Amino acid sequence: MSRLTDTLLGLSEATARAPNTYPAWRYLLIALVIGVGIVYAAPNLFPPDYAIQIRADTSDAQVTLAILTRATQALERGGITVRGSESDGRNALLRVKDAADQLRGREIVQAALHEDPATGSQFVVALNLASTTPEWLQSLGAKPMSYGLDLSGGVHFLLEVDMAKAVADRMQNELDNLKSLLREEGIRYVPASIKVTGTRIEMAFFDASGRDAAQTAIESKYGDYRIEPRDVDGHPGLWLTLLEAKVVEIQTYAITQNLQSLRNRVNELGVSEPLVQRLGDSRIVVDLPGIQDSADAKRILNKFANLEFRLVAKPNERVSATETFVYEGRPIVLERRNIVTGDRVTGAQQDYDPENNMPQVSITLDGDGGGRMHDSTKDNVGNQMAILFKELKPRSRLVEQDGKQVVENYSIEEKRLISVATIRSALGFRFRITGVGLEEARDLALLLRAGALAAPMYIVEERTIGASLGEENIKEGTEAGVIGLLLVVAFMVVAYKVFGLLANIALIANVVLLIAVMSVLGATLTMPGIAGIVLTVGMAVDSNILIFARIKEEMQKRGIQAAITTGFDRAFITIFDANLTTFFIAVILFAMGSGPVKGFAVTLAIGIATTVFTAVTVTRALINLTHGGRNLKKLYI
Amino acid sequence: MRSLRDYNIDFMGVRRTAIAISIALVLLSVGSLVFQGLNWGLDFTGGTLVEVTFPSAASPQEVRAALDGKGFVHGVVQNFGTERDLLIRMPPQEGREAALLGNAVFEALQSAFPGVELRRSEFVGPAVGEELRETGGLAMIVSLLSVMIYVMFRFTTKFAIGGIVALAHDAVLTLGAFSLFQWTFDLTGLAAVLAIIGFSINDTIVIFDRIRENFRSMRRATPEETINVSINQTLDRTISTSFTVMLVLGALAALGGDVVHGFALALIVGVVAGVYSSVYIAANLLVILGMTREDLLTPEKEKESSAP
Repeated sequence: MSRLTDTLLGLSEATARAPNTYPAWRYLLIALVIGVGIVYAAPNLFPPDYAIQIRADTSDAQVTLAILTRATQALERGGITVRGSESDGRNALLRVKDAADQLRGREIVQAALHEDPATGSQFVVALNLASTTPEWLQSLGAKPMSYGLDLSGGVHFLLEVDMAKAVADRMQNELDNLKSLLREEGIRYVPASIKVTGTRIEMAFFDASGRDAAQTAIESKYGDYRIEPRDVDGHPGLWLTLLEAKVVEIQTYAITQNLQSLRNRVNELGVSEPLVQRLGDSRIVVDLPGIQDSADAKRILNKFANLEFRLVAKPNERVSATETFVYEGRPIVLERRNIVTGDRVTGAQQDYDPENNMPQVSITLDGDGGGRMHDSTKDNVGNQMAILFKELKPRSRLVEQDGKQVVENYSIEEKRLISVATIRSALGFRFRITGVGLEEARDLALLLRAGALAAPMYIVEERTIGASLGEENIKEGTEAGVIGLLLVVAFMVVAYKVFGLLANIALIANVVLLIAVMSVLGATLTMPGIAGIVLTVGMAVDSNILIFARIKEEMQKRGIQAAITTGFDRAFITIFDANLTTFFIAVILFAMGSGPVKGFAVTLAIGIATTVFTAVTVTRALINLTHGGRNLKKLYI
Repeated sequence: MRSLRDYNIDFMGVRRTAIAISIALVLLSVGSLVFQGLNWGLDFTGGTLVEVTFPSAASPQEVRAALDGKGFVHGVVQNFGTERDLLIRMPPQEGREAALLGNAVFEALQSAFPGVELRRSEFVGPAVGEELRETGGLAMIVSLLSVMIYVMFRFTTKFAIGGIVALAHDAVLTLGAFSLFQWTFDLTGLAAVLAIIGFSINDTIVIFDRIRENFRSMRRATPEETINVSINQTLDRTISTSFTVMLVLGALAALGGDVVHGFALALIVGVVAGVYSSVYIAANLLVILGMTREDLLTPEKEKESSAP
């Protein structure tokens, strides 16, 4: 043990002092640590209010007093009491009684703001929690622990990004690029020979010189392939394998893009303190506290949809360059090539067509997209343009595998024409899409704003906890904790009398410090976390019991003051060994566990640290303060 | 509290009987694990679970019939907690989205029984379940090994063997209890087993520490006597600590609600096993392995410097 830790834990005493006394600064320091602990644990005594948040979604929007009043009045008409409201211009909070009022209230406020088309699309109405922590505590940076989903209620998703599909889509893209390169260079290939397997493209040429020319052309233009001359279908051919680094790049792009899009979508859903986080190579965790309808969340989060704007093909167009769709019962032939896709959309709002009051989506394109749209439409005035809605729908099926039925995920592609219209004049950055239903228009606007997913995703885990179960968990957890604490406190007084009383003060300091550390670290309190706190209470007194048992034993060999000193010193070695091994386990639990196991591990680990401090240092200080330096005849232990 | 001198129980005198009991219990646990297996929870099997509350007492049969009628087959419906609460487990259904099954079941219930409320709904994909099982097993092994290495480093190899066998014993008995009583073994259950590994080592270390100390100071005693004295000396603490832990576990089991209930029950089994194994497995193995004073004669600088 280093000298520093000895000093901190009060092990080596200056011999000049009376036995078992500390200098005053030491008592003060310990009192200070506990005092700071109390300050930072205190906010947990102020449970936050349920609140409805109105957030300005566009840069120039302001949550004015008029809007706040309109929302408040709507809520009160709906029978919901508003306990208070506040606004900082961009964000406003309306406090309500409970989770049920909050959910219903959100709908009411949303409807009230949507009545007026001018405000409807400028604000996001979200569920949130409003702090009730007193100002002075907040000014010190003290805040309560946030509740995990099992306490607050909400939805947890684990989404798996379909990496194989991301790579396959990209290969198709690459192939199109290769083909146009070969066309530009005037190199002829055997169209029927082209085959894509995994990350490899195989293609055949009519003769060896064609192949060599192709190889040179591809090598000079693309560095992403390993190119091997091989015979394909009996012709001289090429195997082009995408480099591993490039595959990783595609996968990284897919997950990053999906994360971004999910964040935007969650933002639009109106959730307070959502969590959207990458987990491992191909998974994303989404936690939505307060959300009760997981079906609604799934519809928005997991939607893989995009728009394509294409020209309706002229009659003389090559068949291979066209694609036929059915629109309002008749076939429409479109060009395969699209003018722009939804990726070029920077703004999308659902509003209403002023002429017939039908829902529509107003779209703004970025510079590049607007330019392309303008170029294509100016030469085609009088022709028709179509908007194609593309969606990849996640599906699952049961398949036999090794004699067992297992679930397999796949996706199906749906393409649907949502509008075909004659181009009256050259289009620019802004235009609108009509011919969609209200809900569809709303979702479409949201999805276009949030950005498309780069690859489809499958839900591989979902947990929804109802608000009532969450509240019940908090109540039961707190009850079990308080009763457990009281039982232990009572036992300690019965078993160890005055020393037991001192140990109890240390135990309460322990709980305060544990809660303070968790609050400061921003740990999330979960049900297993509460179990961890309760167990810490049960285990924490172990250190004191060890010390007291040792003191009793030493009292048979030496004087009281010497027994106290020796008891603490001897027991410390044991306490240190025993707690360090438990700490190892906590670290392993945290590293390897997931969900409930992690929450338990965090409390366990912090609990061990605070226990060693309080059981050894705080108890020692209390004993020194009350017993040290005096000539004692008897010890109440 | 009585003074420590009062304890003079001949723990090691009955060590052969204790070993027989331990072997019998381990065999029973392993037998149950092999023949009956664990009642794996949704976390590990994958599937869909929906827990609902009815406005008044609900009959699982009726609910099951209603679900059958809507085409949800092979579901298991049972009361959970109170008679108003029902737990429904659904295997994957042909022709239905696995990820949307929970929503579909709840919608079907809502239309058949107006006023029904969702408490929780869980869906775990099959691949995730398998992974959780793998990392869970791995976590168990890694924690056992890391404890062993630490004890080897702080004490000696013989102590490490005694400690690890005791820990494995506790883990096996707890898993055995899960299997024997068919408690649902989910992530919370796994956390309980891992927590037992953490807490049980506490007891073992305390006794080991005392044994090490006494081996140095009691020069004339036989190893068996030394170990016996050490167990007696720590008995006061062993009883008190197990009692306080039992107090909080009792509070958790009785008041903590459904999720924590299983966790607390498992820990109670584990704590009992842990106290017993610290004495009769860990300390006993030291006797069997022929622990002598000489084993501790290698000077441990770290310890000597911190002892007063």
